[in-house]
This record gives sequence, C-alpha cells and structure tokens, in this order.
Amino acid sequence: MATFVKFTLNGKSCLAEEGQPLVAAAKECGVYIPTLCNYPGIPPKGACRICTVLINGLPATACTTKVVEGMNVQTSTPELEAFRMAVVEILFAEGNHLCPSCEKSGSCELQALAYRYRMTVPRFPYLFPKRDVEAWHPKILKDHNRCIQCKRCIRGIHNEAGQAVFAFGKRGDRVVINIDPETSKTVSDELAQQAMDLCPVGAILRKEKGFDVPIGRRKYDRTPIGSEV
Amino acid sequence: MAKKIVIEPVTRVEGHGKVTIHLDDKGEVAQSRLHIVEFRGFERFVQGRPYWEAPVLVQRLCGICPVSHHLAAAKAVDVIVGAGTGLGLTPTAEKIRRLMHYGQIFQSHTLHFFHLASPDLLFGYDAPPEKRNVIGVALANRELATQAVLMRKYGQELIAATAGKKIHGTGAIPGGVNKSLTIEERDTLLKGRAPLNADHMIVWSQGALAFFKDYYRKNKAFIDGFSKFPSNHLSLVRKDGALDLYHGVLRAIDANGKKILTDVDYQEYLQHIREEVRLWSYMKFPFLKALGKDKGWYRVGPLARMNTVDFIPTPLAQKEFEEFKKATNGKPNDMCMHTHWARLIEVLHAAEVIRNLLLDPDITGTDLVVKGARQSEGIGLLEAPRGTLFHHYRVGANDLIEMANLIVSTTHNNEPMNQAVNYVAKTYMTGQKEITEGMMNAVEIAIRAYDPCLSCATHAYGHMPLEVSLYDVGGNLIAQKRK
Repeated sequence: MATFVKFTLNGKSCLAEEGQPLVAAAKECGVYIPTLCNYPGIPPKGACRICTVLINGLPATACTTKVVEGMNVQTSTPELEAFRMAVVEILFAEGNHLCPSCEKSGSCELQALAYRYRMTVPRFPYLFPKRDVEAWHPKILKDHNRCIQCKRCIRGIHNEAGQAVFAFGKRGDRVVINIDPETSKTVSDELAQQAMDLCPVGAILRKEKGFDVPIGRRKYDRTPIGSEV
Repeated sequence: MAKKIVIEPVTRVEGHGKVTIHLDDKGEVAQSRLHIVEFRGFERFVQGRPYWEAPVLVQRLCGICPVSHHLAAAKAVDVIVGAGTGLGLTPTAEKIRRLMHYGQIFQSHTLHFFHLASPDLLFGYDAPPEKRNVIGVALANRELATQAVLMRKYGQELIAATAGKKIHGTGAIPGGVNKSLTIEERDTLLKGRAPLNADHMIVWSQGALAFFKDYYRKNKAFIDGFSKFPSNHLSLVRKDGALDLYHGVLRAIDANGKKILTDVDYQEYLQHIREEVRLWSYMKFPFLKALGKDKGWYRVGPLARMNTVDFIPTPLAQKEFEEFKKATNGKPNDMCMHTHWARLIEVLHAAEVIRNLLLDPDITGTDLVVKGARQSEGIGLLEAPRGTLFHHYRVGANDLIEMANLIVSTTHNNEPMNQAVNYVAKTYMTGQKEITEGMMNAVEIAIRAYDPCLSCATHAYGHMPLEVSLYDVGGNLIAQKRK
C-alpha cells in the first residue's frame, strides 16, 4: 500500500505518494509546473531548469525532486516566472527555430511555452549557430538547428534490445545528439513516430510523411500548454 | 539634352520596383526599364531542407497568393513521392486542392480588381492620389467596397477550411491533403447566411463583370488602346483545351493565334523554356527556346489564358468568354487593359467551380493520400492568379532538397511589363519637360494591369515604392519624383 506524505503547495496543504516527483505530485494537486526536458515515464534529468520552483525558499528543479513530508513549495512567484521566460528566450536565441516552416509548429512545447509566457521576440541576441540536418537515416531525420539538448530522446527511445537509439556527440556548447548508427538499424516506423512525438521541439522528424496533422487538430491548437491541469 | 526619368516606388502592386526612362537629346524615349531591386533567395535556402517541408516553407514567398506556391510545390513533391503528376491523387485530395486553389483565385482576383485597380477606373488615372485609393472607393461607392471585402473574405474562408488557416496553411501534403471538409464546413460555404455562400458569390461576380463592362462602354478608346501591343501567350490548358487553373498541359500561341507549344507535358518544361539574366534587374526574363531571347517572350495571366484556351467549362463564364472573344473576332487579345475583363471572367468561373466542388460528395471523403515509387525530381505547375507558376525540385537519396528552380508568374510577365512601360513612356513622356502625377500613374496603371507580385518574382520582400528620375546624357540626375 502506498504511503502518503503531506506537503505545502503554494500555501495549501496537499497529499502526495511518497517518492513521487514534485512535478507529478503538483499536477495531481491541480498545479501546473512547466517542463521541457521532463516526460512522464522516463527518468528525469533536470537539464532545462524551466521547472525550477522554491522548496523551503530555495530554488530547485521540480522534475528531479521527490516530495517529502513537510516540504514547503512555491511554484509561481514573479521572479520564477521571469526566470522561466528567460529560459524560453535563451533556447530560442541559441538555436535556429523557424516556426513558420516547422512541422512541429502547433505541437511544439517550446513554442507553446513561448505563447504561454507571451514572448514576442527574445531579449537576447540570436546566435545563429551553424548546425546541420542529419538525414542519412532511412526513417529518422535529426535537425540540429532545432535541438534544445533536452536528452529526452536518449532517455526515452530504445531499440528492441533495450539500447538507446540516440547518443551524445561532441562536448560543451557544441554538444549534439546524434542518431546512433548501430543501435538505430532496426528502428520501425512506429518507433520513429514515437521519437518524433517525444521530442519537445521539431528536432526529430520521421521521414517521408509531413504535416499530416491539420491545423486545428495539433496538440496545442485548442488546449494551450498547462491548461490541462 | 538627354534625360533619365526614374519612377520609384511603383504603388498598388505587391513588392518593390522602380522604373527608369531615358530620353535622348530631342526628348524622345530612348530606353525604358522596370527594375526589380530586391532579392529574396528562396531557391537557395530551401536547399538542404527535407522535401516535404517545401510546400509549407516556399509559400512564405507571399501573403497574397501563398496557396499558389503551396500547391505548386505540393504538385512537385507528389511526383517525388510517386503520386504522379497532378491527377494521380485520390478524388477527395484533388478536389480539396482545387477548392483551395479556386478559393484563392477568387480572393486574389477580387483583391486586385477592387482594392488595387478600381480606384483608377472610378476616379481616372489623373485624379489626386489622396482620392485614388481603396479608401476613396469605400467613400464613393459603399456597396462596391462592401462587396470587395466580403468576396475576398469568402475566398479566404475557403482557404481556411481546406488549408487550416487563411494565410500560410498546411493542407497540401506529399501525395494528397491532410484534411477534407466536414459536413458543417461544406454546408456553411455552400449555403451559409447570405452573402457568404456560393450562389451569392456567383451573383456578385456577375455584378463585378457588369460594372467593368459598363465602364468599358463609356471608356472604350482608353481600355482598347492603352498599352496595347502584340505578344506570345502561354498557359496551362486542360487536355481538351478547356480553362483549368489547377492542372493541364503547356500551350503557347503567337500574336496571330498560331500554336508555338502544342499541349506539352510540363515535366519537360526545360526543353521549351529558358531564362535570361539581365544585370539591371533581380527578375529573370523567361523566353520560349524555339523563338529565342528576342522573339520568345510571352504574356501569362488572365489575358493570356483567355487567348490560349478553347473554352471555359462552366456555363456562365463560358457565355462571358464568348462575348470577350467577340471583341477581337476570336483573334488573340493584346489589349493590356482587357486583362481586368479577363480577370473578372475568371472570378465568375472560380465561383461556379467552387459551387460545383461544394456540391460534390467527394469533398467530404476520407481517402486523402496516395504514395508510389520514390523519384529524385519533381516539377509542379499550375495557373496562379497572375499566371503560370513553375516549381522544380531535385531531391537527394537522403530526402533533402538539392536544387530548386521557381519561375513565378510575374517573372514570365517581365518583358511584357517592360514593353508596357515603354509604350506608356513613349506616349506620355516624349518631349515633356516636367513629370506630372498623371504621367507617373499611367506608368503604374500599365504595370498594375499585370497584377505583378514583384516580391514573389524576385524572392524579395518589402513594399512597392515608385520613383521616377530624369537623367541627362552624361548620367547626371536632373529631376526625380518619389511617391
């Protein structure tokens, strides 16, 4: 039988299953904490920092923090919201995100968060990095221009033998997430689609099809991000 | 003393251009040119992108008729995914695309006639600019202005229903479409509350034609004579010679109506059409290879289409077509201002096609996409509002675009527009010492009849200013006027 702990969320007393990630516990209590690198069912990473909240007055990522008894959590303050908007702006400025021709437009979590934070244009200068489109794989296309290095794909997409299909390449600010030539040999159409769906942006596309979800039926056309909570 | 006149910006057209007119020592027009002075480069930056992105990316060339680029690119990509050329799609997919396209023809032609051209007709080309604009039309003729807005709205609603949104949608995908119409969408467009329904649009289209024909009766000399010169004409026609704006074979005729290109498959366009680059313009000069650079230039667009086709496959427009042909006793029509007449006949035809498509049960079908053997190259053509539009892509084995060539409607009309400018310059500016507002607008009216989209044609962005400069023989600026 599950053990429950009591914690305070934005001044209200809440219950959560012991050991539950704070992001999930808050959602069950009706509070939305934005995420980008986190995805239910795959191990958390704390890479993007957009889920930063105040725990007992100190900033911490809500995806990697498990709820404990007596924890006092604040998910939204003017400072936290400004910080989250800055994260979104930095991600737009450091990549080459051209929403008008991106297939994930309307289903992109980064774009949806930009709308949520009413970002019109990033306050930071665009870096216009020179990045490639990796197109050698027969089923998957990796557009490094759009990659935010959240590593969801590395953690969440595995072949039949349980091996990760995506892997790191290079280091530091030049780090890229590549398709692993060995482990990706047996990728099915379904797994390619799963990879595309798991990617929060338009960096992973399954090949040959395109724009098959009409405008109006895309993920965030009717329900803006966070509105489900 | 020799002079050079520069008109910059050219107004009430899409894009940015300027006109230069050189006068010799006697004040005679020695040379005139329409320069397109901006550059966009879509052909370059679509390279390296996956082919299925082309229809969505390339349509960003334009906000007036993006559907043309969306569908021409989609038709080229159809070939690449093995879905055939034009007619290989499912009935629902083809009809949805046609509905999108004819919706766009309807809105774009309406926009041009009412918003851009009608001020010249209502007020005269020498009326003051503060009156000779769309606001002036609204103040002078409220009913006409209301029709203009609502006709355009109806066309845009058709695009939204088929492409997902009014501007820059995603409806056409490789090998088909991503949605058909729901019953509710179809019923709203077919028999929604007046005036926004198919039947009402047909009536209003007839009204617009009546408006033009009334003007024509009163101003026959101007409409017949202004900027009239012979040319070749080119367009797609349906295999049986009918007007078809979505798909067909290439036909070109000369000024006497003799066929130069007899209904050839457009996948072979490179065998028949070449493009010349001239240093003074970003817009290329296409020509028919068989006739060479000097004699091979041609017109495209509504006037050219009325000249190339044998008939219009909808009854009301066919009746108007017969009347139009009577004006030249069945010979090719080379009267520039008759383009407005031709354009309005196409508006009526589009309204009839739209109603027929909405009555077709396939329009709500669910079989949307086909696919076949992958090809490395694809060419897509259609008749955009402004004329024949070519999209050509070559794709590598990795699915990325390696080469793109776009020949946009306005590009085909480059030489005809230069001829038109030359005609007006000779007629209105020879021996003149001063540049008047009326003279400048006469130049613009000649260009405007082609409804040019200069931003599309040069792949440049911006508004369309017009500047006229007057230079002496030594190249010194004597007079300049901007608007």
